[in-house]
Amino acid sequence: MLDTLLPILIFVALALAAIGAWRRIRLWRQGCPSPVPFFRGLAAVPRRYLVDLHHVVARDKVMSNTHVATAGGFVLAAVLMILVHGLNLAEGILGWPLLAASAVMFGGSLFVMRRRRRPPARLSRGPWMRLPWSLMAFSLGVFLITLPTVGVLPEDIGSWVLALLLATVVAWGLGEMFLGMTWGGPMKHAFAGALHLAFHRRPERFSSRHGGEGRSTGLKALNLDDDQAPLGVETPSDFTWNQLLGFDACVQCGRCEAVCPAFAAGQPLNPKKLIQDMVVGMAGGSDAHYAGSPYPDKPVGEHHGDPQGPIVAREGRALLNAETLWSCTTCRACVEECPMMIEHVDAIVDMRRFLTLERGDTPNKGAEVLDNLIATDNPGGFDPGSRMHWAADLDLPLMRDVEQAEVLLWLGDGVFDMRNQRTLRALVKVLRAAGVDFAVLGDEERDSGDVARRLGDEATFQSLARRNIATLAHYRFQRIVTCDPHSFHVLRNEYGELGGHYEVFHHSTYIAELHEAGRLHFTPWKGGTVTYHDPCYLGRYNGEYEAPRNVLKALGIEVAEMGRSGYRSRCCGGGGGAAITDIPGKQRIPDMRMKDVRETGAELVAVGCPQCTAMLEGVVDTPAEVRDIAEFAADAVTHEDTSAADGPSRGGHGDDASPTASTRKEVMS
Amino acid sequence: MPHEPITTLPLTVAVLLSVGRHPVTGRARRADQDARGLELALSMAAARIELVHAGPFDDACEVSMRGYLGMSAGHAGSGADSVTLVDQPSQADVVPALCRTLSESLAPQLVIAGERAEQGEGSGMLPYQLSESLGWPLVGGIVAVEGVEEGVATLLQALPRGQRRRLSVRLPVIVMVNATAMAPRQSAFGPARRGTLAVVEQPAVHDAAQDEWRVQPARKRPKRLKIVKATSARERFKAAAAKSDGGGGQIMKDVSPDEAAAAIHKLLKEEDVLR
Ligand code: SF4
Ligand code: SF4
Repeated sequence: MLDTLLPILIFVALALAAIGAWRRIRLWRQGCPSPVPFFRGLAAVPRRYLVDLHHVVARDKVMSNTHVATAGGFVLAAVLMILVHGLNLAEGILGWPLLAASAVMFGGSLFVMRRRRRPPARLSRGPWMRLPWSLMAFSLGVFLITLPTVGVLPEDIGSWVLALLLATVVAWGLGEMFLGMTWGGPMKHAFAGALHLAFHRRPERFSSRHGGEGRSTGLKALNLDDDQAPLGVETPSDFTWNQLLGFDACVQCGRCEAVCPAFAAGQPLNPKKLIQDMVVGMAGGSDAHYAGSPYPDKPVGEHHGDPQGPIVAREGRALLNAETLWSCTTCRACVEECPMMIEHVDAIVDMRRFLTLERGDTPNKGAEVLDNLIATDNPGGFDPGSRMHWAADLDLPLMRDVEQAEVLLWLGDGVFDMRNQRTLRALVKVLRAAGVDFAVLGDEERDSGDVARRLGDEATFQSLARRNIATLAHYRFQRIVTCDPHSFHVLRNEYGELGGHYEVFHHSTYIAELHEAGRLHFTPWKGGTVTYHDPCYLGRYNGEYEAPRNVLKALGIEVAEMGRSGYRSRCCGGGGGAAITDIPGKQRIPDMRMKDVRETGAELVAVGCPQCTAMLEGVVDTPAEVRDIAEFAADAVTHEDTSAADGPSRGGHGDDASPTASTRKEVMS
Repeated sequence: MPHEPITTLPLTVAVLLSVGRHPVTGRARRADQDARGLELALSMAAARIELVHAGPFDDACEVSMRGYLGMSAGHAGSGADSVTLVDQPSQADVVPALCRTLSESLAPQLVIAGERAEQGEGSGMLPYQLSESLGWPLVGGIVAVEGVEEGVATLLQALPRGQRRRLSVRLPVIVMVNATAMAPRQSAFGPARRGTLAVVEQPAVHDAAQDEWRVQPARKRPKRLKIVKATSARERFKAAAAKSDGGGGQIMKDVSPDEAAAAIHKLLKEEDVLR
């Protein structure tokens, strides 16, 4: 009886799955066009899965092994089952590997079950709670029906009651595994995920056999040529089709939620829910069926959307509220953790672009900052002619005068900030101590456009970028060095698309290099314990985790690492214009970060970003002093080659003397 | 209250726009006061909005006008997405052209203007001259138009120290917005560049007076320093919060214009403004 029932079951399930797949693909195709290399993409799936995806999954060893056993067992078992029970091919031989595969899968599903017993808050419940049972039903059912095939049990064992029972179990398993894959069950992630890997909008983020960085973090430029086209993403169908496909691949593992600083601070953002909301919007409906953690303090079930409807309503509610989008610091912690390689930040900025460029609705200080950037080329609205006032006594060589230099020192908007001026002075001192041939743009420099772009104002970003590129084109230099990771990222990764290609160094990288080349000598550190805070735009955005630590090591400092450091570093709360839009939460992100610092017992926290400095120094009542890498280095450079007048820059008075005119001549000559 | 039918007749509001100038960099922008005027118009329910600018149509003008057009997001169809640009040479007196455009083609019942332009003459005289030649009343210091019913507008006028006065004025009327009126909304790039600039021609009237002027950058006006003699924190706070009212001054009522002018002239002499 099973002999006739099984092929029918299998092929009906496959046919239904195919219909589901077709419907799912139609949902994705509602998105905007985005050309992909079709066959090359499909061919790349195995590598992207086995190397890149597993690189992320393997950060959780148990889960990684569980997934290998369950998924590997399933794929093998499914193929063999179709051959053996569906087509009755080589039953005697293939039956044995089929038994093994289903056994491995059963083993895996036991671990899935174990994790589901007391699931961490980041995991979704609802249909996901039945998944381990379904996995077991499938693997156990397939195992049992295969036993007679290989002759372990007689063909006619048991009664028709038993056969029917077995068939039901197998049908359940098939339903979850085959139908659920394309009709929207938990297994959807496998179908959508595989295609998402194939047609990812950032193929360059995957590693390749020939090495390569495998990092792609620069935002994609918005085409502003067509002056009638609406800009940014207003409705789910304004995303590209492969972005929609990416959203659909989410397994609701909640890893993004667990690392999101805005979620932890109680701001109304949860990257996992955001992605699920996009899925709701793409398919149409309400978020009532969402079974994970909501946006903090925002009950589930009140929002709804459809593919052609607005994501953010002008009044009332739609798919999500604008504050959700404006809470994001663009720290990329979610993207870094996501095993499905989903690009949350791209999606968030796409939606912000609509709000800013089309609706004129950037919250709080956003509009003012953008107006300032347009009118004065800096976010504070300062006189652009006063950019160099901080260095009136330093006599910095201007590119306008010297026209070429080995290093172009990009100063950033920190020139207007008294705290950052201290860092800049320290950096100048270090460069002079190493005898570096450098020059600055002075008043010709403008804001890099970073903040405008993250606030969704692509027009202002491109305007600033184009003018900066035109200015830079006048001068000859080998590299750009900057102490601002945001400028660093934008100059390095985002100007290229607009025609500006440069070799850009973060000052920590450059200082490390100078030290290694023997051009800098440090007196050994005698201060207290130091921890290091990785800026998002240096670490996750650009993969530079080592250089700052190397500089500290060269100074004789042993870094007391925080629990969350390196690629898991927690954001300071200042990125992505979040300090400007300032969406309220239950606590502040920089306070949480300073708590991380406190846990290390460090007396100082080394930073490498003006924004981090400002955010962390803004925390009241903290035992740790915030000091830039450049300040550490400047304090320790031995004075062999600078004058004694070049006094110590210790601790926060902005009074470190610059080289006097006579020493400068020595250094420069 | 967008649901209440407060206007009985289809009200047309004209907003006069000038080319603004950023105080720090001098770049062209939407002028702050005129943008407040437009904000006022946008906040009025059921109004047809006509945006008008008279002057030379150059780059600065375009940048500035697009700044205003960017405020029209969500107001498609109100008219806020199009500027009527009365093209005039830079040496022209724009009042006659503006006057003709308003009375002949746009026919508004309410005209909103700023108190003073950010560049050019910036004398603040234009609304007065317009009022004179149109023969319409002029009301200054307006922060809100609360409603228009049966040809009568209810206006809220700002007085010193945050006081407000409600006025009823029969239409048509010209109002000048006060600097304390609602701040203008953000200007969005998309609607700004999709908005239209409709150029209209009007005969230019040469402004003969201008020929004799020499234009030079303004000097910073000296500010009267407040002399604080307070000894306690409370007094210091009061001194800081109070407007300097100079003590002196006189209220002249029912005097002839000549007497009034003489009094003003005398004061300016005393204050060393006129030498
Ligand atoms: S978006 Fe990625 S990290 Fe977040 S729940 Fe989905 S799969 Fe997991
Ligand atoms: S980028 Fe950072 S703040 Fe934004 S959603 Fe991801 S984790 Fe949260």
